Amino acid sequence: MSASLPADKNARQSILERIRSRELPPRELPPLFDEGIRYADRWAQFQEVLSSVGGQFLSVADRDGVAATLAKLPVVESSRCRACTVPDLHFGNLDLNAVDDPRDLAGLDLAIFPGQFAVSENGAVWVTDESIRHRAALFIAQHLLLVVRQPDCVDNMHQAYQRLAFGERGYGLFISGPSKTADIEQSLVIGAHGPRSLTVVAVP
Amino acid sequence: MTDYVRETHREFLKASRAAVADRGLQQILGRLGDTLGRKNREAWQALPNSDAIRERARSIKDATLADLATHLATLENSVVARGGQVYYADDGAAACQIICQLVKERGFQRVVKSKSMTSEEIHLNAALEQAGIETVETDFGEYIIQVAGHRPSHIVGPALHLSARDVARILSPVAGETLPVEREALAAFARRQLRSKFAAAEVGITGVNFAIAETGSIVLVSNEGNARLTTALPRIHIAVMGIEKVIPRFQDLAWFLKVLARAATGQKLSVYTSIITGPRAAGELDGPDEFHLVILDNGRSKILGSPLRESLFCIRCGACLNACPIYRNVGGHAYGGVYSGPIGAVLTPLYDGLAEHHHLPHASSLCGACQAACPVKIQIPQMLIQLREQLHEETPNDSRGESRAYRLWAAVLRRPWLYRWSSWWATRTVGRWFRRQPWIRRLPAGLAGWTEHRDFPAPAPLRFRDWWRRNSREQP
Repeated sequence: MSASLPADKNARQSILERIRSRELPPRELPPLFDEGIRYADRWAQFQEVLSSVGGQFLSVADRDGVAATLAKLPVVESSRCRACTVPDLHFGNLDLNAVDDPRDLAGLDLAIFPGQFAVSENGAVWVTDESIRHRAALFIAQHLLLVVRQPDCVDNMHQAYQRLAFGERGYGLFISGPSKTADIEQSLVIGAHGPRSLTVVAVP
Repeated sequence: MTDYVRETHREFLKASRAAVADRGLQQILGRLGDTLGRKNREAWQALPNSDAIRERARSIKDATLADLATHLATLENSVVARGGQVYYADDGAAACQIICQLVKERGFQRVVKSKSMTSEEIHLNAALEQAGIETVETDFGEYIIQVAGHRPSHIVGPALHLSARDVARILSPVAGETLPVEREALAAFARRQLRSKFAAAEVGITGVNFAIAETGSIVLVSNEGNARLTTALPRIHIAVMGIEKVIPRFQDLAWFLKVLARAATGQKLSVYTSIITGPRAAGELDGPDEFHLVILDNGRSKILGSPLRESLFCIRCGACLNACPIYRNVGGHAYGGVYSGPIGAVLTPLYDGLAEHHHLPHASSLCGACQAACPVKIQIPQMLIQLREQLHEETPNDSRGESRAYRLWAAVLRRPWLYRWSSWWATRTVGRWFRRQPWIRRLPAGLAGWTEHRDFPAPAPLRFRDWWRRNSREQP
């Protein structure tokens, strides 16, 4: 198969044979589908969980007000270097497509990216790199702002997996809150390697 | 061999004693019950049907392991179909050789790593360094202990044993200035320091939390964001996993993500859950040029057929450590292996040899707190008993004094007259000497080993036989 390394030549065969030789009694995998938990107000639940993990949430009622509302956010006002890949929003002053080496993103203060959908159960947003030239931008930016459309909110992870179309994109991730660590004395420090803040904005 | 066995046993006792006497460490361990331990309990309470959910996660593991070869073959095909490469390694040395060769063949010299217990298990960092490859751990905890030259003391919090003062002392020489004893400042320093390492690295090495057979994806869970930086900046991504990390279907992931973060840190979901499928594909804007997956056996296929197969259900959350009264007293380092706590007492003997680590299955009170905390309900106490039995069968005569004592005991029990006489003699002598204290603190030479770590019950001053005769006469 794919390997060309000497150490590997017989290992595949011998490992798989050893496993097969155990002849364990077959056991059936549990069924796939599960209803999961449901919420009367999905965005309210999402907001509650997101704020409990240190993220901020904002909902904008009318389409025309989105840009004006975002412009007034402290995180937007105070950021000098911004990248934005959300259509119709013009907050970016750094064009990610013009940057060849992701290492040059070190000065990025704020990244505004589209989120595919939100999950109420755990306050997570699913993000793919569809519109993002550099995956690292999601982690290198000092602050991250995700824009999700209001209809795009599911109750739980089971529904989330049903929405994920795999086989198309090679990369995606759930983001739930700002980056954090508790490695020093079991105490929480917000802003480990990734963004120091996360804002999720739901728009019509 | 016997000497070596005694040695590790002594080392364990010595390390435990030192840990118990270390006030700083005791303070840290004492907090565990209020931090991770409490969060774990609260997370199960807050999750509706948590028992059924854990049961489901467990049954997926169980069914997957029953047909493991098929799922591994599917995983391999899916990874290859998405442009990745797959390697198998019989043991740690083989896995290290594969990884070092992948790096060296390309003339690369700088590696960044995200936290991976499997890479600790195979001592990958030492192998890379020996091959002249600069390797930097990027998880904060791992980075701190890498600089300090320590072993991880906890499965999810490798630097748990260190105070902020210790961390400042360890990192100050790297900074070239005295860092303040302040968590935020220390984390900010590590963040700056590691960013430059990310930027310079050619290769990123990660573990695998879950590998999905049907899609060929690997799932990486982190709170800091370092796992993603490790795979986003370098041009090559190498992932290393044990054979038990495969799950059959994409949807199975939902169950494991539900329990993993709750058990590990009490979170509903970790901050970053990345799902990575192969290297950068045509039409994608970004991604590594190459993706290599190293699948490690290292004794696991042997365990698969034994009563200890449940140890392969483990998803490395560390919940059993936080719950364990032994771990919370002696800390992670006393266990002497990469894995500590109750699950370490099972895994270390299995991966590194039962004879060398014969004391670990005994380093437990079998109270069952570990099993109650486990997100996949591994029956750790039963496995520890199993290992004790195995030890007894494999090393029948490891103490001559003990076997002599048992033979003498058996000889006395077989002869009622002798039993009667010796119990009479014992109450008359030892029983009367210890009339006021029911415990013997120290037995004389030859038997002293028994009372080194526990007291011996003194014979009663009056035999039951005599007590019964006296009392049954008084009552009608």
